[in-house]
This record gives sequence, C-alpha cells and structure tokens, in this order.
Amino acid sequence: MTVPGSWYLVLSALLFSLGALGFFTRRNVLIMFMSMELMLNAVNLTFVTFSRMLSDIGGQTLVFFVLVVAAAEVVVGLGIIVAIFRRRSSATADDLSIFRG
Amino acid sequence: MTELLATQIALPDLITFLVAGCAVILGALGVVLMRNPVHSALSMIMTLFAVAILFIEQDAQFLAAVQVIVYAGAIVVLFLFVIMLLGVDKKEPFGKDPLRGQRPLAFLAVLIIFVEILALSRGNWATGAKSTVLSTSSPINNVEQLARTIFTTYLLPFEATSVLLIIAVVGAVVLVRRSEDKATSTEGNVEVEAESEIK
Repeated sequence: MTVPGSWYLVLSALLFSLGALGFFTRRNVLIMFMSMELMLNAVNLTFVTFSRMLSDIGGQTLVFFVLVVAAAEVVVGLGIIVAIFRRRSSATADDLSIFRG
Repeated sequence: MTELLATQIALPDLITFLVAGCAVILGALGVVLMRNPVHSALSMIMTLFAVAILFIEQDAQFLAAVQVIVYAGAIVVLFLFVIMLLGVDKKEPFGKDPLRGQRPLAFLAVLIIFVEILALSRGNWATGAKSTVLSTSSPINNVEQLARTIFTTYLLPFEATSVLLIIAVVGAVVLVRRSEDKATSTEGNVEVEAESEIK
C-alpha cells in the first residue's frame, strides 16, 4: 500500500505555512516572491494528492493551469521589481511605498 | 497514529516519501532563513525537485516533468538572473525589524493558519465520490489522460491561458523597456528626490 494521502496533505500544509512565514517576515521582495512560489507549490501538491485520493484527473489539470499562471505572474512581478530597482536602487518592501496613491 | 502504522505501507514508498518530504521542508526553511537571495533560490530548487518526486510518487508523471522544466528550469533561472542583474546578492540584515511587532504577529498568524488547516480537516481530508469517468486508475497513461481533459473539458480555460501568457510577455516588455530620451531625465529627477528624502 502506498503512503496515505493525509500525510501528503499535512506536508503541503507545512510547506504552505513556511511559505506564508517567509512572505510575512522577509523584507526582500525577491524572497517574498519565492515564498509565494512555495505556497503555490503546496497548493499544487494538495491538488495532485486529491487527484489521487478521488482518482480524478481534474486535480492534475488544475495544477497545469496553476503552473501557467505562476509563470506569467513571475514574469510580470520580476519586471515590476526591475523597473522599481532602476528608480530606487534597492529592492526591499519598505522602499515600495512609492506605490501609495 | 496506531491505525496509520497498522496499515501496511510498502517500504520503498515510505522511504521515498520521507526523504522527499524532508527535502521539501529543508528547502522551504532554506528559502525563508538564508540571508543571501542566491542561496534562497538554490534552496527553492531543492524544494521544487522534491515536490516533483512526490508528484511521481502519486502517478502524476507529466506534472513532475513540467515541474522540473518550468519551475526549476525556467522560473528559478529567471529569479537568479534578476538577482544577479540587480546585484542584490548581498546579505540582508536580519536584526532590525522596521515594523514593530511584525515578526511575532507573522509567527502567530502562520501558526493559526496551520492549526486551522489541521482542525478544519479533522481527519476527513477528501470527501466526495470517486471519479469513474476520468479515473486515474484507468489503463491509458497519465499524459494521454491529461491531454484528453485539457483539450476537451478544459478547452476554454486552456485558450485563456494562451491569452494570459501573451499579456504577461507584453507586460514584461513594456515594464522593463527603457525609453531612450525620457529615461535619463526622469531617472535623474527621481535620484534627486530620493536624496532629498534621505536628507
């Protein structure tokens, strides 16, 4: 018998929590981005696990779409970071108050 | 716990899960705790690879391949490019906390999130009937199954992702493009502003 699905779900809950912790505590925008990727990966892992537990391929299809959205988001996000860095020459969250309206 | 141990888990599966699970957690801790962004990115590769192993373990071969190619191959390389392009690969001081009390609050919030996930599930992780139409246990292989669903049931979302990708590419080009005549003057102004703010 394979490893039960609940183990995978607890693992992905842990991974999600670590990603959220990184997002809340770090000031470097790049590392905040990486933490977001960790959270996305945790969600992908839950999708694949549910796909196996319910033997439904739909979960894996959703992971496919999450991957596409993550790639698009990283491209635009890093573009924004590069654009800001050109003006402020630093990339911490505290310097992004220029976004204030 | 005892009932979990009572169910016979095949040893290779168990070992794979434990090793990959440890790699996932260690890599995630590395991303959060490393001071140098380059080291964080390398730790993230470890996490992504371990997640790919867990995908294979759960019969999602295509997604495992895509995970390695897209995430570890493209996204992390993009991160590393930006880190090195911007020259932010210096250590970030951990000591001071610009927002007072942010860190304890963050720990508290994350703890609440984790406990909430475990409490809400109460052991009933997956509820609902097992699929019979698109079953993962059918004889056709994973890639073919995924292709069938994407190009039939999810055709419209699939087309929407192509639009999304084009928008992302155009957006990235517009954001990063430096217009020749304006760039020097506006940049100069901003620098002057920044200096005056510091003073």
